[in-house]
Parts: sequence; structure tokens; C-alpha cells
Amino acid sequence: MEELDGEPTVTLIPGVNSKKKQMCFDWGPGEMLVCETSFNKKEKSETVPGCPFIYIIRKDIDVYSQILRKLFNESHGIFVGLQRIEEELTGKSRKAQLVRVSKNYRSVIRACMEEMHQAAIAAKDPASGRQFSSQVSILSAMELIWNLCEILFIEVAPAGPLLLHLLDWVRLHVCEVDSLLADVLGSENPSKHESFWNLVTILVLQGRLDEARQMLSKEADVSPTSAGMCRILGDLMRTMPVLSPGNTQTLTELELKWQHWHEECERHLQDGTFASSPHLESLCKIMLGDEAALLEQKELLNNWYHFLVTRLLYSHPTVKPIDLHFYAQSSLDLFLGGESSPEPLDNILMAAFEFDIHQVIKECSIALSNWWFVAHLTDLLDHCKLLQSHNLYFGSNMREFLLLEYASGLFAHHSLWQLGVDYFDYCPELGRVSLELHIERIPLSTEQKALKVLRICEQRQMTEQVRSICKILAMKAVRNNRLGSALSWSIRAKDAAFATLVSDRFLRDYCERGCFSDLDLIDNLGPAMMLSDRLTFLGKYREFHRFYGEKRFFDAASLLLSLMTSQIAPRCFWVTLLTDALPLLEQKQEDIENTKLEMLRLALARNLARAIIKEGSLEGS
Amino acid sequence: MFVARSIAADHKDLIHDVSFDFHGRRMATCSSDQSVKVWDKSENGDWHCTASWKTHSGSVWRVTWAHPEFGQVLASCSFDRTAAVWEEIVGESNDKLRGQSHWVKRTTLVDSRTSVTDVKFAPKHMGLMLATCSADGIVRIYEAPDVMNLSQWSLQHEISCKLSCSCISWNPSSSRAHSPMIAVGSDDSSPNAMAKVQIFEYNENTRKYAKAETLMTVTDPVHDIAFAPNLGRSFHILAIATKDVRIFTLKPVRKELTSSGGPTKFEIHIVAQFDNHNSQVWRVSWNITGTVLASSGDDGCVRLWKGISFPLWIPHGLDRDGPVMPSSFLLLLLLW
Repeated sequence: MEELDGEPTVTLIPGVNSKKKQMCFDWGPGEMLVCETSFNKKEKSETVPGCPFIYIIRKDIDVYSQILRKLFNESHGIFVGLQRIEEELTGKSRKAQLVRVSKNYRSVIRACMEEMHQAAIAAKDPASGRQFSSQVSILSAMELIWNLCEILFIEVAPAGPLLLHLLDWVRLHVCEVDSLLADVLGSENPSKHESFWNLVTILVLQGRLDEARQMLSKEADVSPTSAGMCRILGDLMRTMPVLSPGNTQTLTELELKWQHWHEECERHLQDGTFASSPHLESLCKIMLGDEAALLEQKELLNNWYHFLVTRLLYSHPTVKPIDLHFYAQSSLDLFLGGESSPEPLDNILMAAFEFDIHQVIKECSIALSNWWFVAHLTDLLDHCKLLQSHNLYFGSNMREFLLLEYASGLFAHHSLWQLGVDYFDYCPELGRVSLELHIERIPLSTEQKALKVLRICEQRQMTEQVRSICKILAMKAVRNNRLGSALSWSIRAKDAAFATLVSDRFLRDYCERGCFSDLDLIDNLGPAMMLSDRLTFLGKYREFHRFYGEKRFFDAASLLLSLMTSQIAPRCFWVTLLTDALPLLEQKQEDIENTKLEMLRLALARNLARAIIKEGSLEGS
Repeated sequence: MFVARSIAADHKDLIHDVSFDFHGRRMATCSSDQSVKVWDKSENGDWHCTASWKTHSGSVWRVTWAHPEFGQVLASCSFDRTAAVWEEIVGESNDKLRGQSHWVKRTTLVDSRTSVTDVKFAPKHMGLMLATCSADGIVRIYEAPDVMNLSQWSLQHEISCKLSCSCISWNPSSSRAHSPMIAVGSDDSSPNAMAKVQIFEYNENTRKYAKAETLMTVTDPVHDIAFAPNLGRSFHILAIATKDVRIFTLKPVRKELTSSGGPTKFEIHIVAQFDNHNSQVWRVSWNITGTVLASSGDDGCVRLWKGISFPLWIPHGLDRDGPVMPSSFLLLLLLW
């Protein structure tokens, strides 16, 4: 038996004296009840008969966040769309489509981040502002990880384009550059701005050499002494060989060109071309991929993966995917310099660079507090057929496991549960049975909700759940004396026994009050009448009343006769039927056939005696 | 990760049990103050006490809800040697406006000679049935044949366990392949180290419950026991609260291999044992899909155990009756 490493998080419940207190608890569908108690079953408790609190514990406030709800809703749409187009994903376009799906997910995350960010700014109190901000950080980290997974696993960028994607990746996640650029350019004297050299440096670190060159020309304009050097450095920047999309040159050609360029830069450094300007010299060293020079810019780089990408750009631009992890590991070590240890995010990114998808998923599952991220990412990776070649123990089961977790979490929410239904639908092993267990527990607070739940169950032929839910509603209606409602739920449940019970109540009501309630329902039973004998009798008996009311005595008499002879009439009703027959017997209309009348009289003669005896012997039914 | 809210319980003495109803919108608490309280959750999420009444003449140990198919029904058991069944009566409209409801006693079950330590309703597919267990070592199974008449209950079975009983658990599986089954735990601390967990199974032919298994490896007092919900497995999972948390699987051996007519034989495996509470474990309970087990001990912690080995629920391969992987692992999440 194995236990996962790492101590789990402890949640302290305020008010609970956790010094050796015993707890009793109970699970609910979305919450847990906990209460302090004592399990030593003595009759008298020695402890102070405290008035303890009952604690209601709920997991995951994420499900309850207004802004995240949009994330859940929109990603649900992408998820369902992906499952549906699975069959159509073939050939060359498959990869492109999967990349598109991945980008859709990421744009949803970014939209959510933006909204969360606005909320943080607009927050009325510092505490909620902080909460929003921390959510933004988490979303940002998720997008960072997802983006990297997209580049490495879905796009499967080969050497060459790989670096370009990584550069985009890094640029996307360091937003300060653009605002700094605007700041500096907008100032009166850009090259005298206090952050000018920082800006140029970071542009170089990010491989944005055109913009760096423009900055240098501004410096050249105002400083004649360094104009020459700026021009030379600017030329080096301009001539750095890069692989541009659609470029027909091969990797080998690029490498050759790059080698030449690299040597030219080296020559300038050796010749001391930039010796009189420490800034320019440092930039040249950076462009040569000098580790020490790069590490001096730790603050601007901000993190080790930025350091990694810059390093690759200026020393191994044609790096192959399988070699990435060597550089990644050394970059992490160099950047942290033994001063601090890797954080969970670092471990996740490292696992990605090592192409260890399972490790990525495992670490994300532990680090993140809800299953949204790992469930959707794993599902997408599964569609990329990346999980099957791994450890058979999990394989595609990992996908299902995570989706089940996520969907279960949604069911704790009063409206998001509807999204959960679709996720369960796409879990072939346990989705159906999990849905059955969850959907039964949804509180049926309104008729609308009940009908919604029932529709979902009926669509999936979950007959037992339909029966159970209708039974619960029928029982509730009976207890509240809403017989019409009870009857219609019993019919929907196809519960013959209960329909009989409710019909009995109707008939009893009639006996007591002389009239029926819920006539509409009984009059329009249709084929549902056949559900139970008692129900059929109820329907037919009401029909008899209608005939009589419409003076259709012939029809009334025939019906009454068939009711008496068909044996579906309950015993207690015999006297009522016979009493109903009396006025008919006095009808002298010609259209009542004599034979029918005769039979009626016969039936009466036979049964009247029996009925009278019964009346006499019982206390009345 | 977790958010907590508190409600002042208002009981005048220790609370012994708390119980959610099926939908999680009502709860019941019972106490040494001899009363039961029922709480309702309003639309905006607040909890209100809608009923509070004296139920027994001794400490009330457990309270439990029947399945809502049977209406609003509770059962309670007590030190006063009785168990009782309660039904909610739809009140006058005045009461409803004041947010109060009334519960009436439908029956008192007085067969036990000693404190009744647990009461549990059977799975709904068995009808309206409940089991009680007592310190006198007897498990009693009662049935109400007419669900519309809750005052009529008959004692259907008396099962002698020979040891003072502390807890019972019905097997929730409604599969036709599984006969009704009940597990009984004992907290008897007498020196004869008899096995403290017994499993009884209903036999269709004899129409009686017969002992199917005893878990020989559990020799310490057992405080709580719980079958996990069954998601279509052929085998059963049972959690036990004793000096540690233990989880067993019981795999039915195919009937042809056993003497026909007798109770099912099981292959028993222990799949987990956790002593993280470092103390007696008092309660264990599964979530509704049986994917998380919660346990509480003397250390003021409720721990959540999550099965993350997928084959624990479905063995690798499509054959659901395949062997259980013994090396399944569980993730520990600590809660306060």
C-alpha cells in the first residue's frame, strides 16, 4: 500500500477546540455535518454539558464564485464540442483542430483572469481584493502550464519552431514589458528615462530585437559618443538569424548561419567594441548567451523558465524537444542558486519539459484545489492519444477518474449540476452509475426543477431513478393531501401500488363528501388509467357520473353494469354502486334495452343480499 | 479548501449523533438531553430548527432518516433500551408560517433488554425495514409491511451476536446478485479475543439471516462500521472504525464452489489500514459515491481518505469480476 508523499492541508475550524475533542459527523450530498461529542457511552456525562455548535463544512468555494461560473459554463461548451467532433478528427487537420480547442480553453481562462482582475481592483475591502488577486495568480499559473502543455504535447513543436513557441509563451506571461515600453516611449526624453536600459535589456531577453534596436537608435540620437556602438549593436540585432514561419531554409542552414553570426558577436566582444559602454557590452554578452551575464539580470528575468528560454534563444536556438529537460534542469538550478527550493509550479513545469505527462497531472492535482484544470487538460491530452501509451494502470482511466471528480463537485451546486450531467455522459465506465447516484440527491425544491431532473433521467432511460423521484414526490403530495398531484406522480412513476392507494383516497373522499376533487386530472387519464385496477375503476366511475350528468342514461347504465360485473370495484364501494343503480332502474326511456335492465335487476338480486349481510356484519366500510 | 459555518445547537447536553436527510436539506441531531431536533435549510442557505421534542427517557445515541420514498420518517435509539420511529405530520398553516413542524411517534420498539446502540434503515429496495443492535448482543430487524401505516412494525429477525454490539451497517447494493447483508461491530472489551466484526446474510430458502463471515483479524473493540455504496462492483467494501481505520474487500466466491444452500463464502482482503489518528477511531462514513471515506478519532480530526487507484473500483480490464488489486493506494487529506 502506498501513500502519496506530502502532508495534506489542515483546515482549522474556528471555534473547535481541537485538543483531543471527539467528533461525530455525517456526509451530505454537498456538505458535511460535524459536531463535538463524546463517545464514552456513559449515561451521565461528566463534562460540562456544553452547548456545542454544529458545523457545516463545504468543500471548494470555487464552485460558488460568480466569476468562475463563467469559466465552468464556457469550458463545458468546449468540452462537449470536443467529445462530439471526436469522430471527425482525422488526418492532418486533427492536430490543428486539437490545437484550436486548446487555444479556446486558454482564452476562456484569460477572459476569466481579466474579469477577476477587474474585480480585484474594484473590490470594496482589502480582504476580498486579496482573494480576487490570489485567484488571478492561480488562473495565471494554470494558463502558463496549459500553454506549455499545448506547445510540447499538442502542437508537438519540433526543433526550430519549438523555440519560437517558447518565446511567445514567455512573452505572453510577462506583461509589464508593454506598459514599460509605453511609459518610456511616451516620456520626453526616452533614452534618459530611468528605466530605459532595463527596458532595452528586457526586450533583448525576450528576443524582441527590432524594438530593442529602435530604442538604441533613440539613444544614438541623443548621445553622439555612443552612436557608433549603438549602430553596430543594432546591426547585430538586425542580422541575428531566426527561423521565421514559412521559411524554407532547413535547420542545418539556420544553424550554420547562426554560428557565423554568433562568431561575429564574439569578435566584437573580444575587440572591445562596446568596452566604453557597460550597458551595451552587457547586452552583447546576453546575445552571446553568456550565463553569468544572463544571471545578472535575474530580477528582470523574474523566473527560471524565462532564463531558460533566453538561454536557449542565444545559445541553442535549434534545441530539440528531447533535450529540453537538460537545459530546464540546469536553468532551474542556476537560477535558484541553492538559495531557495522549487515551488509546486516549478515542479509542474519541469515535469512538462521532461515530457512526463502523468507527473504533470499528478502534481497539478495536488497543487490545485479543484479538479477543473486537470480534468479538462487530461481529457484534451487523451484525445491527442497521449495517455494510452503510458502506464496501463491508469491510461484512459485517468481521464475518466478526473472527469468523475470534477463532475461530482459540480453536483454540490444548485444549478451547475446540469453541466455535470454532460461530463458523466462522456465517462463510459462509471459515468452512468455516478450520475444515477448524484441525480437522486438533487433537492426537488420546485416542480420545475423536478421536471428538469426527470427529463434528464428519462432521456437516459434511468427508469429506477424516474420511479424513485416520482415516488418521493407522490408521497410528499399524499402527506400534504394534494391527491391530484399524488396521482399524476404515481402515474409517471408507473407505480401501480401507489396509484391504487391514491385512487382509494379519492374514492374515500367521494364517499365522505359526495364529490370528486381534481376532476380535470381524472377525466383526462387516458391510457394511464390502465396502470391499476383501482385507478381504472376511479376513471370509469367518474365517467359514469359524467354520463349520468349528461343524461346519457343508456351509456351510464351499461357502464355501471360493467363496473359491477368486472370485479374491479372495491368491496366498500358496492353499496354506492347499487345506490347509484336505483335511479336508473326507474328510468322508463325506451332506449334502455330491456335485456340490460334485466341483467341489472338480476345482479341486484344476487348482490343486494350479499351487500346487506356485509353491511350488517361490519361496522360499515 | 474548506469553508465552515456554525449553528448553535441549543441542546442542553452532549450531542451524540448528527444526520443529514437524503437530499441534504434537513438534518437531525440527538442528545443526552433525551431530545431530537430537526433543522431545515432555507432557500438562502440558512438553517432553522423546525422541531425539537423529547424522544426517550435516556440519552439518545443515534438518529437516522428513512428514504424519502417513505415520507418524512426518523428513527432514534437510546440508553432507555428502546428505539422509536417518528413521522412528520403536516401541520396547520399557522405552524408552517412560524416555521414549525410536528413529529409524532409511530412506534416504540421495546424488545431490547439493554441500551440500544445503533439503528439503521435498510436499503429502500428492501421496503421499509430497520435494524437495531443492543448491548445485549442482539440485532433485531423490523419491518413495516404497509408503508402508509407506520404504527405497524413486526419483529422479523433476531440475530444473536454473542458480543455486546455497538454498530451496524446494511449493504446498500441493490444488485440481484447480492442477498441482503448486514455487518455488525462489537465494542466488547472482555478478554476472550473473539472477532469483533460479523457479517450476516439473508438466505432466500430458509428465510433467515445466517452468519456468512467473521473478520478474524479485527480483535479490538469496533466503534463504527460502514459498507461503501456499490457502483456495480461484484465485491463489497467495508470500512471499520477500531483502534485504527481499516478497509476490507469481500469478494463473493462463486456459488458452485461452495455447498449450495449455505451463506455465500467470501474472499476477504484488507486493502487499507491507517493509524494516523494515533488513537481510537470512533466514526467512519462514506460519501454518496463511495469514493471518499471520512473518519474521526480522539485527536479532534476528521480525516478524508480518497481512493485514487482506479482499479480499486474497477479492476483493470473490462471484467468487473476480476481480482482486486491489493496495492491500491489512498491519498490522505487532513481536515482540521
